[in-house]
Amino acid sequence: MSAIPLTNMESGKKGKVIEIQGGRGLIARLSAMGVRPGIKITKISGQIMRGPVIVRVGNTQIAIGFGMASRVIVEV
Amino acid sequence: MIKKVLLMGNPNVGKSVIFSRLTGVKLIASNYPGTTVEFCQGCIGSGAEKIEVVDAPGTYSLEPTSPAEEVAVAMLDRAIAAKDSIVVNVIDATNLERNLNLTLQLLKKDIPVLIALNLWDEAKHIGITIDAESLERKLGIPVVPTVAITGEGINVLVSRLDQARCGEYDFVDDERWHEVGRIVDQVQTIKHKHHTIGERLGDLTIHPWTGIPIALLVVAVLFFIIRLIGEGLISLVTDPFFNNIWAPLMMKLSAVLVPGSFIHKIIIGQLIDGSIDFGQSFGILTTGLYVPFGAVLPYIFAFYLALSVLEDTGYLPRLAVLLDNALHIIGLHGMAIIPMLLACGCNVPGVMATRILETKRERFIAATLMSISIPCMAQTAMIFGLLGKHGLRGLLPVFVTLFAVWLITGNIFRVAVKGESPEIFTEIPPYRLPHLPTMMKKVWMRIYWFTHDAVPFVLLGVFFVNLLYAFGVIPLIGKLVGPLTARVFGLPFEAIGALLIGFFRKDLAVGMLAPLGLNIKQLVIACVMLTMSFPCIATFAVLLKELGVLDMIKAAIVMLASAFFVGGLLNLIL
Repeated sequence: MSAIPLTNMESGKKGKVIEIQGGRGLIARLSAMGVRPGIKITKISGQIMRGPVIVRVGNTQIAIGFGMASRVIVEV
Repeated sequence: MIKKVLLMGNPNVGKSVIFSRLTGVKLIASNYPGTTVEFCQGCIGSGAEKIEVVDAPGTYSLEPTSPAEEVAVAMLDRAIAAKDSIVVNVIDATNLERNLNLTLQLLKKDIPVLIALNLWDEAKHIGITIDAESLERKLGIPVVPTVAITGEGINVLVSRLDQARCGEYDFVDDERWHEVGRIVDQVQTIKHKHHTIGERLGDLTIHPWTGIPIALLVVAVLFFIIRLIGEGLISLVTDPFFNNIWAPLMMKLSAVLVPGSFIHKIIIGQLIDGSIDFGQSFGILTTGLYVPFGAVLPYIFAFYLALSVLEDTGYLPRLAVLLDNALHIIGLHGMAIIPMLLACGCNVPGVMATRILETKRERFIAATLMSISIPCMAQTAMIFGLLGKHGLRGLLPVFVTLFAVWLITGNIFRVAVKGESPEIFTEIPPYRLPHLPTMMKKVWMRIYWFTHDAVPFVLLGVFFVNLLYAFGVIPLIGKLVGPLTARVFGLPFEAIGALLIGFFRKDLAVGMLAPLGLNIKQLVIACVMLTMSFPCIATFAVLLKELGVLDMIKAAIVMLASAFFVGGLLNLIL
């Protein structure tokens, strides 16, 4: 078990969100789409050159910008 | 007594389709979050029992993060204050948990709510079963399963509108997600399914190493198809019609009106070598009808057909992700590709669609940039008509220049325009097979708008051109600025007349270049300057509304300055 940012996670791997390192606004935006501590998340792909990260949460695929994704801490 | 129904829900759950089903009013619906950026109204029933229905833009929560979401929340507040309204909360059954988050927020408000559990068929298909009755009992409000695209459940929805109730479901707001989780656990069962082949193929379109080549291929194929259908329709349908049926009719009319008379000039225009030339005659019933119906409409049809496939399959958000880095160059994020693509059809919906971008800075950059460097399909069709006969040697310089302008101006904006540009953050909807009748209806709607909104301006423009010539205005302008345009842009003074008419319609303005006998270089310069210089009146109006007076003035200065600069530069280097 180790805690890493979403951006460092390997594509195709599953993990559990444990923390969102950001202000109220960021936490609210992410959680409105279902990304919040305790939730299981699958990384589908990451774009090259610090591009967006694609994840699956529940039945939804979400694209998250690199900066935002680096604040989502995942336990893998 | 219910007077008003407000449709609310997450983006891309099918609110607009439900709206169309309820009211019969047709709306554009697509498979990407943020299709609807403003509200639309319609009615159910008639007379005393008439109920107004309002379609709101989608929102994930009642704390808005974009102007489109702000519109939705403001509409809810108004509906609550009015006391005679209910909310139909449209829910995506395949994403119950995320959707219920908004539902629980709605239940805290003082307004009756009813749930339409949409995409019911898709949920079943992927192995999700929801006990709608149990959900209804738990929340204390009616829950109606629907399949909006086929109309299933819509009658039940209508018959239960008066059962909408204020939420009695009690919970602590800070515990909302736990509450949502608890409800979902109790009403939903998921049969676990493995990745289907379709999903695996779908994933390939979003992995960078496979996705980017696929994207290039998709764009190239679509471009080829648009050209094929557009040219095909012109040479097989519209040209034969105008040449073999319309021209003889107009020649009879010409004899009646007497060539050379003022009325003949306005209606038929000039006879070229004793006969009508639809490109050059410039009468209302000749060039005025040929430009929109003969030359432009085939391309409008082809373009919207291709765009609808992109919209309805769900490919656009994936394209947005792949292009995210590229769009950072111009200070935007990937989702900005959606307004840019819409602008290739017509700048008006393009500017409207910038509302899916979160900040004022992004909207200014996107709207200004598209008005400067993206020609609408009507104009593109005319450019194809004019320069297409020279092949790529004629077309490439125009579009390569415009692309370079887009990139360079955008890059300048990124550095110069103050404010924030957030990162991409969007839902990527599942791939769906386009529902053919819905898609064709959408293409038809857009064609209708084109004929309805654009054609009058074309006719008016032709009328004005004739007046300007008849009263010697264009020759006068020619005397004043002619020497300058000849030296700086290498263009005859009549081309300035086209720039002026461009304010009415860009397609007509390109058409005005046809009789001037310009060489390739002059045509390229004129087409580029026409695209860049100033938006047409319809785009101007929507820019003014979306940007405000001050930003519009700023944008106009950038447009004129860059048009003159690029025009002069092309004259030097081509």
